[in-house]
Amino acid sequence: MDYGTTFIIMAIVFGLFMAWGIGANDVANAMATSVGSRAITIKQAIIIAAVFELAGAVLAGGEVTKTIRKGMVDSDLLVSSPELVIYGMLSSLLAAGIWLLIASWKGWPVSTTHSIVGAIVGFAAVGIGIEAVMWGKVGFIAMSWVVSPLLAGTIAYLLFMSVQRLILGTSQPLENAKKYVPIYIFFVGFVIALVTVFKGLKHVGLELSLLQSYLLAFVVGVIAAIIGKILIQRITIDVKDDKDFHFTNVEKVFAVLMMFTACAMAFAHGSNDVANAVGPIAAVVSIVENDGVVSQESVLPLWILGLGGVGIVLGLAMYGRRVIATVGSGITELTPSRGFAATLAAATTVVLASGTGLPISTTHTLVGAVLGVGLARGIGALNMQVVRTIFMSWIITLPAGAILSIIFFFTFKEIFS
Amino acid sequence: MVSKNYIYRLFGQSPVKPLQTHMEKVVTCVAELPAFFEAVIVSDRKQANSIQKRISKLENEADDLKKELRLHLPTGLMMPVSRRDLLEVLTMQDRVANKVKDIAGLIVGRKMSFPDEIGSDLLVFVNRSVDAARQAHKAINELDELVETGFRGSEVDLVKSMIEELNRIESDTDRIEVDVRAMLFKIEKELPPIDVIFMYKIIDGIGDIGDLSQRVGSRLQLLLAR
Repeated sequence: MDYGTTFIIMAIVFGLFMAWGIGANDVANAMATSVGSRAITIKQAIIIAAVFELAGAVLAGGEVTKTIRKGMVDSDLLVSSPELVIYGMLSSLLAAGIWLLIASWKGWPVSTTHSIVGAIVGFAAVGIGIEAVMWGKVGFIAMSWVVSPLLAGTIAYLLFMSVQRLILGTSQPLENAKKYVPIYIFFVGFVIALVTVFKGLKHVGLELSLLQSYLLAFVVGVIAAIIGKILIQRITIDVKDDKDFHFTNVEKVFAVLMMFTACAMAFAHGSNDVANAVGPIAAVVSIVENDGVVSQESVLPLWILGLGGVGIVLGLAMYGRRVIATVGSGITELTPSRGFAATLAAATTVVLASGTGLPISTTHTLVGAVLGVGLARGIGALNMQVVRTIFMSWIITLPAGAILSIIFFFTFKEIFS
Repeated sequence: MVSKNYIYRLFGQSPVKPLQTHMEKVVTCVAELPAFFEAVIVSDRKQANSIQKRISKLENEADDLKKELRLHLPTGLMMPVSRRDLLEVLTMQDRVANKVKDIAGLIVGRKMSFPDEIGSDLLVFVNRSVDAARQAHKAINELDELVETGFRGSEVDLVKSMIEELNRIESDTDRIEVDVRAMLFKIEKELPPIDVIFMYKIIDGIGDIGDLSQRVGSRLQLLLAR
């Protein structure tokens, strides 16, 4: 195939650019509740984000990558002209990356997921033909954008209610916090491990039976709970702290829990959002390597996921940490107990979506989760106007990604043929 | 350019702390009353005037806090309590301070003095009314804990018991008010009639402080219920 190497290099460069953008901007949203509740420091947040974004990308990023790579464009129609898919994927990466850059420069809330999905659907529908888009699957993805904030909100509501019943609403909240928080930590470890085992280890070349999978997840959960218990025992409880606000010491216990949920959130974000950058790379690479054959069967090379993970970490290190630092002053209304409920609910929802191969917006999911805690009367004040802005933004992002991608598509087509 | 991220912007400023700050100011204002009445009863005009000025200043400060809170409470905030109920608590709190200012202003303005026969009971009455305001403050101080617990569980019981205590204090003030009125009634014929009318007015006002404090508590109870 002509230009084969050129295409791969372009894909890697554009993909890294996109991944860099995700790391620079989106990661800060994922970490905002953890840093904002002051359960972890900015430095800890960056280290956690770097490690777990990468782990999430490599271990659990495969399914969503598959969807972005070949789930939305019907390649059967393109057997005769595989280069169109290459142009399209390159344009989508560039379009989404540039849109992300413009939007974050302007301070608009954008979803990387919405921009890449808009871009891919755009080039496919206009550049190739309406029938090239697998509308069923795309509709399913669009539906997941509505369902994911709702699901996260519901989980957050229930989680916070359970915290009220078991800990905050009791006459001995501190004792009960020490007792029940390790169980929540177990849950965090269990859920994350389970999704990874089911969806990730295949890529790494490890096959486990159903029972083994559950057992492994259980063991990971127990280890996490034990570490948590040790950390909780090391907290210095000072009765004087409770004089003004009676739950200061209880919140210290929740801060330990929050550390685990922050890891889960970074992992979840990595597992879902890395695909936005590496899905198109994977598509280009597989077409070029199969010498122009658009293959539905080819496996995803692990190095591509790793590449995306590295791109995210680079973006985080170069720019994202400054965005995270803006939350460092803390969000007064967000104590660790509700920060945990919102973050864990969002992380669980995102990880579930990652396992199902659905690209969803981490930010939207987290907003849904925060609102869930708010509905449980857990948060002093939430700006509903901001909520509206965030959710409206995707209405602009979809066509913006699409239009940019269509322009690039025809440009590439002109250049390379 | 590094902009605040959107999750951060999602969180608004909770009205709970400002509401508590306002109540604290109100109580500081109310707490001047016993010293003020002591000065009035021993006819120490200079002292009474200076305390009255302080009361007036504190009431103004409370007013400013009230206005600020109202300004920072835009619609479109999702809060654990209804905006309307919250503003009513604020209004009640503010009326306590207003009442104190009215009482002090009237006494100083008319250069009032009280007959020795009712002096000590009047002080008991004033002190008990101040107790009511303090108790209301105590209950309002639990509001941040209520948000923390999501208005559920033992914290709610604690606040309910505080409100019950507030109600008990208020009925105390009612009882004392009846006594003070009866005492004044016994000697009113010997006093200048216009002065007596205003004395009754002041007694009413002191009773109102207990009453309004209790209403702060009952509004708070409405917040609990939603």
